[in-house]
Amino acid sequence: MDSSLFFGLSSIAYILAMICYIAYLAFRTPMVGLIATVITVFGFVSHTLAFFIRWKEFADFGGMGIMRAIPLTNLYESLIFFAWCIILGYLFIEWKYKNRSFGAFITPIAGMIMAFIDISGISKDIHPLVPALQSNWLLAHVTMSFLAYAAFAISFSTAIMYLALSTDESRRTSWPYLFWTISLGMFAAVLIAMGLDFLSFKIIGKGPESFIKNYLFKASFRSESVVVIALSYAALAAFVFVVWRFGSTLKRAIGAFSLDADVLDELTYKCIAVGFPVFTLGGLIFGAIWADQAWGRYWSWDPKETWSLITWFVYAFFLHARHMRGWRGDKTAAVAVVGFVSTIFTYLGVNLLLSGLHSYGGM
Amino acid sequence: MRGELMLKETDVAENQSQKSSIIDRIWSGLASIKLAVIVFALISLTSIVGTLLEQNGDPEKNLKVIAKFVGTSAAPKVFAMLDGLGFTDMYHAWWFVALLYLFAANLIVCSLERLPNIWKLVRQPIQALPADRVSAMPVRREVLLKSDRDSAASAVQAALRSGGFQPAQAETDGMVQFYAEKGRYSRLGVYMTHLSIIIILVGAIVGMKYGFNAHLNLLEGTTSAVAYFGEGKEIPLGFELRCDDFSVDFYDTSDTPKSYKSWLTVLENGTPVAIDGKTTTEIEVNRPLRHKGVTFYQSSYGYAPNRDSLFKFVLTGRNGQKESVSLKFGDAFTIPGTTVQGVVADFSPAIAVDQSNRLFTYAESMNNPAVFVEFSEQGKPKYKQWILKRYPETWAFPDGTVEFQDLWGSQYTGLQVRKDPGVGIVYAGCLLMSIGLYIAFFTSHARVWVLLREERGTTRVMIAGSSSKNRVAFEGNIERLTQAMSAKEAV
Repeated sequence: MDSSLFFGLSSIAYILAMICYIAYLAFRTPMVGLIATVITVFGFVSHTLAFFIRWKEFADFGGMGIMRAIPLTNLYESLIFFAWCIILGYLFIEWKYKNRSFGAFITPIAGMIMAFIDISGISKDIHPLVPALQSNWLLAHVTMSFLAYAAFAISFSTAIMYLALSTDESRRTSWPYLFWTISLGMFAAVLIAMGLDFLSFKIIGKGPESFIKNYLFKASFRSESVVVIALSYAALAAFVFVVWRFGSTLKRAIGAFSLDADVLDELTYKCIAVGFPVFTLGGLIFGAIWADQAWGRYWSWDPKETWSLITWFVYAFFLHARHMRGWRGDKTAAVAVVGFVSTIFTYLGVNLLLSGLHSYGGM
Repeated sequence: MRGELMLKETDVAENQSQKSSIIDRIWSGLASIKLAVIVFALISLTSIVGTLLEQNGDPEKNLKVIAKFVGTSAAPKVFAMLDGLGFTDMYHAWWFVALLYLFAANLIVCSLERLPNIWKLVRQPIQALPADRVSAMPVRREVLLKSDRDSAASAVQAALRSGGFQPAQAETDGMVQFYAEKGRYSRLGVYMTHLSIIIILVGAIVGMKYGFNAHLNLLEGTTSAVAYFGEGKEIPLGFELRCDDFSVDFYDTSDTPKSYKSWLTVLENGTPVAIDGKTTTEIEVNRPLRHKGVTFYQSSYGYAPNRDSLFKFVLTGRNGQKESVSLKFGDAFTIPGTTVQGVVADFSPAIAVDQSNRLFTYAESMNNPAVFVEFSEQGKPKYKQWILKRYPETWAFPDGTVEFQDLWGSQYTGLQVRKDPGVGIVYAGCLLMSIGLYIAFFTSHARVWVLLREERGTTRVMIAGSSSKNRVAFEGNIERLTQAMSAKEAV
């Protein structure tokens, strides 16, 4: 039994589930909604199974004991776990809020991550663990960090949905409207640019050693050719403009999902209220204890540590603004979006763009 | 919590702006949330610059990074400016440290400003309230029970108890009132978290003032009484450390190290000191050695060949007789039970074969050590062969086996040496932070008041309350309480 078979099954399941969730939103047939949930659960079970199979493979391969063999040591494995956490969080919300409307938003994210891993050719090989990673702290530090990332990812999507719902299309120059359309436009454009990188990467067919770090945005913003760079930025601007111009369509779409702005605001807060302590404990504190044991320094201003601290500051600001100043709605939603941008940079940007002690997490 | 507190905070701020002594002004300046936001933003923004530039790194590299942002022509000027401002070692620059101190001061003052009100809330037990205040509570339910007041009262008490409350009883305005609270200390969670940050910062300062961070490269067989920091400045350890041996294991046939270990001995006045009952301690990455407040972490290793290095072999004769030998380059050994002699004639720390079948050394570290041994019997050359440490199939000979174990004394262990008396404080702070966050996020202070009024044989029950957070969940709890009270006796 191979883990990639089950990973494949789960990515197909998530994409099917997405279709069912959208169909459910369109037709409101309870049966379709149930089928969507069943497919998601099936995908999740298969995903979980695959994760444990890979864990077993890893343990057998490295011979380092089951607790140290959690498969979370490179980009491939971490993306898979990230998708898993998102689906876990989603299923919890669906069960808790008895609302299937988010499914149409969340399952495509998980499906996209899984498909992205597949087409991008990120190395699926099992790599042996370098000595610094051979620690019992790996399990606690990395799983908790990713659970927090997933909670922040969900808070990001609910914050964007909130902003889309609460802003009025007749006032396209109001800051919340500008903010969410521009953020979402840029977010999508960056994803597309990365897609282009992987396509060009596939065509050139370089080996995995010269991967991502050298190829990120090379097909667009960091191209050799000035024309391509100019075109990329023009395309980015055009893309943002389109989202800005037709943002109201998205608003109607979300409105049709019978989502209430207050519920979205509450969900954004809830996700951060769970993600923040988990991130503090697992990401910062456990990370510091591990660093202390491995490197003899609990804090060394390594780029990953510094970015975690920045992310922590942003969410601390979110919580204080909400509790002490009573901020609600647009303002806190905007902070949640900024927080997730910082989270993404902590997770991917640092590994792909900067160097440091955590760099082995890159490939 | 939010509403009631906000009012009081602004009151405090206003009172203080009316006074004009300098200390008061500084205090109210430090107490302002605006300052907190500015400090947060400054620390974050400057840190971003710090992650883009390599700290204490190669100027050329940083020039390249800067050139990407401002262009090649302006890069040297911008670099000189950033360097002058301390951005190339910014986390130790005076202004960054000052920002951290400002952050701490702001945190302390803000917490102290708000603590008295919170303390009052925590210390003052819940009290009975007049009916009009109970009915003005944010969360309220009413239910009519068909029983008389006394049996309704016992139903209410039972429901409250099963909900985890310890109700007290009072008579107000001719009505029976039950009131109870739980999770009073939940309100302190935020302050525990704030305090923990201060404790961690104190630990960091103690570590910087009374500790050191140094490194030590120790060749197998050598001893040192000092470690080094910066560019070769010595720090006395207070004892001596000897590296007895060092070894690396690789994954299968690859060059990826699986583990690397050092065997260290601590010496005081020339005699070995037992640590955990053993004089020789094995350390590896993630498993350091501690002695007298100094910790030695396995951090790197290297290869430094020299004349004194010893080749270590285990020899087995055909009759099964075993013998361990160690000898210098050019010395001879004899396979047990024979008169066959071997002499080490060549050595490679990392041997490999190229496409035309020639041997070459592919790395300047002991990734695949090999010795070339020439055998002879009574002066007559017999055979010669490369013996590879990692490949037992190269050990066999017609007259026995020659296992190449190590070239001892040619590798050094790279140790990170640290003394940090503040680390215990930091850990205590981390523990407090975990507890504080748990209390702050996952518990809440809930208060309920229940009023009972008899109405012609039935009893009208009003349940009201407030919670320091998570109002939705609290409403659910009140709903459950109401259902528990009315389960049998609702009209």
